[in-house]
Amino acid sequence: MDAVALSRLQFAVTSMFHFIFVPLTLGLSIMVAWMESRHLRTGDVLYLRMAKFWGKLFLINFALGIVTGITMEFQFGMNWAEYSKYVGDVFGAPLAIEATVAFFLESTFIGLWVFGWEKVSPKVHALSIWLVAIATNLSALWILLANGWMQHPVGYVLRNNRAEMVDFTAVLTNPYGWLKFLHTTLSGYVVAAFFVMGISAWHLLRKSRTGFFKRSFRMAAWFGLASSLLLFIVGDFHAAEVAKTQPAKFAAMESVWQTEKGAPYNLVVIPDVAKERNAVKALRVPGMLSFLAYHDPDATIKGLTEFPKDLRPPVLATFLSFRAMIILGLFFIVLSFAAVIISKKDRLEASPRFLKLMLFALPLPYIAGQLGWVVAEVGRQPWIVYDVLKTSDAVSRTVSPMQVWVSLIGFTLIYGLLAVVDIYLLAKTARKGPEPELSVVGAVQTGQEV
Amino acid sequence: MIFQVIWFILWGVLWAVFFMLDGFDFGAGMLHGFIAKNEAEKRTVLNIIGPVWNGNEVWLITAGGATFAAFPTTYALMFSYLYTALLLLLFSLILRGVAIEFRGKAEGAGWRKGWDVAFFLGSFLPALLLGVAFGNIFAGLPMDAEGYHGSLLTLLNPYGLLTGILFVLLFLVHGALWVALKGTGDLEMRAGKAANGIWYILLPVAAVFLVYTAFATKLYANYMKAPALLALPAIAVFSLLAVKFLSFKGAYLKAFFASCATIVMVTFTGVAGLYPNLIPSNISPAHSLTIFNSSSSVYTLRIMTAVAVVFVPIVILYQIWVYRVFRHKEAAGKETY
Ligand code: HDD
Ligand code: HEM
Ligand code: HEM
Repeated sequence: MDAVALSRLQFAVTSMFHFIFVPLTLGLSIMVAWMESRHLRTGDVLYLRMAKFWGKLFLINFALGIVTGITMEFQFGMNWAEYSKYVGDVFGAPLAIEATVAFFLESTFIGLWVFGWEKVSPKVHALSIWLVAIATNLSALWILLANGWMQHPVGYVLRNNRAEMVDFTAVLTNPYGWLKFLHTTLSGYVVAAFFVMGISAWHLLRKSRTGFFKRSFRMAAWFGLASSLLLFIVGDFHAAEVAKTQPAKFAAMESVWQTEKGAPYNLVVIPDVAKERNAVKALRVPGMLSFLAYHDPDATIKGLTEFPKDLRPPVLATFLSFRAMIILGLFFIVLSFAAVIISKKDRLEASPRFLKLMLFALPLPYIAGQLGWVVAEVGRQPWIVYDVLKTSDAVSRTVSPMQVWVSLIGFTLIYGLLAVVDIYLLAKTARKGPEPELSVVGAVQTGQEV
Repeated sequence: MIFQVIWFILWGVLWAVFFMLDGFDFGAGMLHGFIAKNEAEKRTVLNIIGPVWNGNEVWLITAGGATFAAFPTTYALMFSYLYTALLLLLFSLILRGVAIEFRGKAEGAGWRKGWDVAFFLGSFLPALLLGVAFGNIFAGLPMDAEGYHGSLLTLLNPYGLLTGILFVLLFLVHGALWVALKGTGDLEMRAGKAANGIWYILLPVAAVFLVYTAFATKLYANYMKAPALLALPAIAVFSLLAVKFLSFKGAYLKAFFASCATIVMVTFTGVAGLYPNLIPSNISPAHSLTIFNSSSSVYTLRIMTAVAVVFVPIVILYQIWVYRVFRHKEAAGKETY
């Protein structure tokens, strides 16, 4: 493999690994903050114990998100030096802003939250976890505005052998970036909701601390339902934005080979990439694809054959990932709807099969998120910055394949090891359950009913 | 022109603050296996840096991000030229972060021992590697029109290694003072002793460094042109002496501040000597990366300046506030998560 292929593989491995931890952070920080606020309002210690138990799991996850994040920042310079030189004038700004406005906030106040139970008032303590939650979501905003710019570059001119920023406001208000932000943060909320429901289901199946886990489950069910519904709606707008700005990616996402006016949506499609057509198309909904892409059933969809072969992304990976993500997305809506109903009727313990299903559904939102990134990043090929810079021109010139082999193997080994340790710790902590009531530090004094 | 200079100064400040803050985390991490004699003391050392290490590390992330945004060409070339060294730095920082966060989350002697080793390596290696990297930046890298002509081994030249050792010693004293300041009882006593003892090694190394710099680098050229700059190394030397004077008396807080001043001034001494280079070339001066030939457009620099002017003071304020919340000595060996 050459340095380009290796660097791509390394970027994929490290960013997908970073994105195992990030979504849970985005959603669980909000849930923990919400639990702590409920405790403040009601004085009910159960909420405090919830905040502490889920907070502990949050922290184990958070640590790996942080250490894998530094890798991401360094890699742009290490492996993608030509990229960094060429677009750094635009792309560097959101990254630096992210560190300044988000990472400082998050890392400073997480320290206060963990170590400050007896040092600051309950209100300030709750405020600190809210600041963490806001900061992590803010960091997602900036990084996704950066990524959104790579997907749909705006506000720049090509000058002095590079892209120079001329309109910061355009970069800030790039619809592509905002849709990415909304869609990705919402997907993180779904991950967190299913994480909490899955672990609660495990305990409820064993009838351990049922009061605690029923309440956690119920909270997560509502959070999951709201997020997965919004996720679906935003996803639809996101797809429409892709159709508008990256027609080749959209054609690959839907495996459309021939340009068609009023294109139908086929529920079953099996692409035949070699013959540039679909081997199987079945269960068609007339005009539906055009409607999804342009919100107009008569609109024209460009097919892949209109693009020269070297400007087409890999079709199969893009198409399959996209389909799978959508199927999973619909499944999450159904599941969280059922979860709301069943927990509202207080029939969770009486539905062991449903609980088992929720336990096994825990990893699915993670998978959906990874698939989404494959759609976004593989579907953007051969461009690293759409229509501006090719991935093959972006790699560092002075870095040898040997060096990338070493780093790739190193990251794979270290990350593999960390994954094992992390899963071990999460499982151990999740299984152990919350602290017993009497030892809870940090309860508010007013209205306390232990 | 003015914006490039502003960002050069900010660049120096970000690195200096990073060394000043995370420096004591590195020092505490290197020392904890030696000055903490039992589990309770080890946990105390962790609790002493636990609330702040991540916030300190973000100064590094911001320094990197600022280099990217303000001097993208320097960011690109520095990071790709120093590929293997930075890889090692990444691995060790990963190790450290995980060690601090995971050590207390399970029991078992093997588990703890393993993380103790990781904590040591993850503190020692970054200190050394950052020093080696900066030593080489001060001395210049072998780069010309064709690119870079060095490897990991080129970086391990005597001056680079000397700078690495200097950083390690500076951080050791710094970290020992922090532990002495926050710890109690025997731990405090041992940390104070360590600070005083290591200082005797630091002093001659710092002296050799100052002299060797005249031969290995062109840093002093700027000082010839603007002698007022000599205040920077002068304050560095003065504060280094003050560290000893104060810590000998057991005034650890003041000694710690003196140590902060030393680290900041040592960084400034190097950075002021570099100007207007960010990375000089030691084989072809025309191919040095300067703040003018590697910077972003003025438009971008202007925006970044506005962001920095508004947000960096806010960051500093809330970080000071959090340090104040944790200003008391750490009760021995408490289990936090
Ligand atoms: C729980 C995870 C999850 C679920 C269920 C869905 N998505 Fe998604 N999707 C993501 C998680 C995600 C993501 C991780 O957030 C991605 C990766 C890149 C991005 O911007 O968001 C993404 C990318 C992504 C893209 C590509 C963006 C690009 O090319 O830049 C589109 C068009 C959609 N999604 C649309 C949908 C639709 C119509 C869904 C129907 C329910 C859907 N997603 C469900
Ligand atoms: C954390 C979530 C992300 C995941 C899981 C992810 C996934 C991937 C994958 C799978 C590739 C390989 C594509 C290929 O080479 O065919 C890739 C490439 C890349 N992505 Fe992402 N990505 C993520 C976020 C980002 C963000 C936020 C940025 C920029 C701000 C980014 C920039 C890049 C770059 C520079 C490459 C290398 C060049 C390329 O292959 O296009 N990625 N990513
Ligand atoms: C590929 C580009 C990316 C870069 C350069 C990057 C950089 C970083 C860095 C340096 C950190 C550590 C911050 C600290 O020490 O406090 C971090 C953590 C984090 N990043 Fe990323 N990141 C990338 C992708 C993403 C994406 C796509 C998201 C979200 C959608 C994201 C969200 C977060 C969050 C929420 C954290 C907090 C820590 C945690 O989750 O455990 N990052 N990132």
